[in-house]
Amino acid sequence: MGWLLLKDLQILRRSPLVVGLLIAYPVVLGVLIGFALSGDGSKPRVAFLNLVPDTEQFQIGGEDEGIDRGIARDELCSRVECVDVESRSEAERKVEDGDVIAALILPDDLLDELESLASLNPRQPTVEVLVNEDDPVKASLVDDRISALVTEANLILSRRISDEAATYLDLLIEGGVFDLPLIGEFDVLGLERSNAILSAVRSQLPTGSAGREALDRVIRFGRLAGENLDFALPLLGAVAEPISVDKTVVAGDSSELDTFAIAVAVTVTLMFVTVLLVAGSLALEREENAFSRITRGLVGKTGLLVEKVTLGIAASVAVTLLLLAALTMLVSIDWGRAPLILLAILAGGAGFAAFGAAIGSSAKEVRASSLLAFMVSLPIAFLSLVPSGTVSGGVYDAIEVFRALFPFDPALDAMEGALEEGGPDLLVALLHTAAIVAAYGALARLALRRFA
Amino acid sequence: MGGTSKDGAPVIEAQGLSKSFGEQRALHEVSFSARRGELLGVIGPNGAGKTTLLSILAGIREPDSGSLSVPGQIGWVPQLAGLYRRLTVVENLRLFAHLERVADVDAAIERMLDQTRLGERRDDRIGTLSGGNQQRVNIAIGLLAEPAVLLLDEPSTGLDPRQRERLWEFVLDLAGSGTTVIYSTHHLLEAERYGNRLLVLADGEAVFDGTSDQLHDAVGGSERDFEAAFVRYLRERGH
Repeated sequence: MGWLLLKDLQILRRSPLVVGLLIAYPVVLGVLIGFALSGDGSKPRVAFLNLVPDTEQFQIGGEDEGIDRGIARDELCSRVECVDVESRSEAERKVEDGDVIAALILPDDLLDELESLASLNPRQPTVEVLVNEDDPVKASLVDDRISALVTEANLILSRRISDEAATYLDLLIEGGVFDLPLIGEFDVLGLERSNAILSAVRSQLPTGSAGREALDRVIRFGRLAGENLDFALPLLGAVAEPISVDKTVVAGDSSELDTFAIAVAVTVTLMFVTVLLVAGSLALEREENAFSRITRGLVGKTGLLVEKVTLGIAASVAVTLLLLAALTMLVSIDWGRAPLILLAILAGGAGFAAFGAAIGSSAKEVRASSLLAFMVSLPIAFLSLVPSGTVSGGVYDAIEVFRALFPFDPALDAMEGALEEGGPDLLVALLHTAAIVAAYGALARLALRRFA
Repeated sequence: MGGTSKDGAPVIEAQGLSKSFGEQRALHEVSFSARRGELLGVIGPNGAGKTTLLSILAGIREPDSGSLSVPGQIGWVPQLAGLYRRLTVVENLRLFAHLERVADVDAAIERMLDQTRLGERRDDRIGTLSGGNQQRVNIAIGLLAEPAVLLLDEPSTGLDPRQRERLWEFVLDLAGSGTTVIYSTHHLLEAERYGNRLLVLADGEAVFDGTSDQLHDAVGGSERDFEAAFVRYLRERGH
């Protein structure tokens, strides 16, 4: 078998173009797919113009709330790449030129308008957005991010306005000192203290007198008003944040997005290199008419399959380690987990090699086997990346069954589990891959019987 | 079934070989033997079972029934040259010598290069050789383990007349040196000229085992040539 392996390596060495394409194409494809799935990490460029005077602070109800122009900018720039501009015309020009995809303009009276929300004469604050929609995907992205920003700002303001309203209500119920600009401090009696005074006055009036009855009605109203205003306090909190999120993970071990991208890139590369190489190499034996010669007792059909799977695993380890080494320059890979990564590559390589052997056993020519390998592998890879919730439940169940039958899914899980501790269970993925190897190995062996 | 043979005990003996592919009967109760240095030509119309018989003799297929006795090793030369075109002559020989577990690989390679007169092309890739030379390497690989019996499946297919002539000279030399050669062919002229003995298959059955002269005699000796005698022989037996 060793001589057969050496022969395959000699043939590969003499086919540099094929080997180059066999390695370069899957690597490029794998990296593109991996990073397309995770996003390229870049943010859309948005011009930011803040016309709010430097000295202004945002205050509601006389307290300094600490919201200034810096905080607004930080909030925006966590979602988009901010390009600071000095004027509205500059913002417009950058949007028109396509230098930025949008501009966000905070008007100079924004904080005044915000403060008015807590006054008796509220006005709705408005921010201005200039957009360039020549790229519909990014335009949609900007829409989403600015909407998210405004929603968050609205939520913060709602909470603060609610808090301020609650303070007013407390003052009305319990009484206290209230400070008004220009007028100064004055004492508010409050419903509870009013009721106490009224009750004291009532006790001095004769029983059954008209004044006492009238006072009873006022006292009842005061009590009722106090109780209802008490109920209003939690309602204000609910209005400020009607729906809150309590996230509980009930299923799925998901790794970090970068890890997932690396795992996808590696698995796609592993799949194409191994499946194409093994399928093509096996088909080559028949194309060269050497199949019957080497399987008639010299090596045997099972021996030939083992040799091809070994070749596939060797190639997959070499190419994948090269890819990971190259990716290390771009993303962080925990090389402390190298033994597990190697184990995952070996398992994935074996799974894809067995799958490639089954394809190669079914085709008589290298071209036919390569075409078949592409036609079968690509849809499997894409179906294996369909996330739950993006299709109906029945369809997703069918997809899950389908992808469990092919090596891509367990290979991806194994790679994720190897790259990151929080990833899928590596042992389960390895067992799944072992079952795949056995199944496709048996299929390949059966298929080879037809070509005796 | 009798037949002319060279002296000595049979080096290959088949008894009642049968093989079917589903409902299709490819071979039915075929028996024959061959002795050392004999040239046995297996002929018959298309679908007669020639390739099936040779593939069973080569160990590529298992017969459904019957037995095969081969005391020594069998060399197998497939119809289409089973060679790796991207490897050189020597690399092909070395690979198959190792797979055949030849004791002295280098000596075997040199012997084959000498025998096929391909010493000067030893480092040429197979893909650059002519059809005739490829066929020589093909046969050389079949001879690497110095088999007692060499099986040649349609060895002259695709060769021009000059290449065929050289091939048969080579095969005759082999037989002369003691190797039993069993070959299948469509070329009845070649069979008549180079076969010490002929095994005629028709519809999976062995219908004749003897020399070309005996086949002529079997149809009365009145036919103008071997091909006409062959056709008449089959027609008279309902094939």
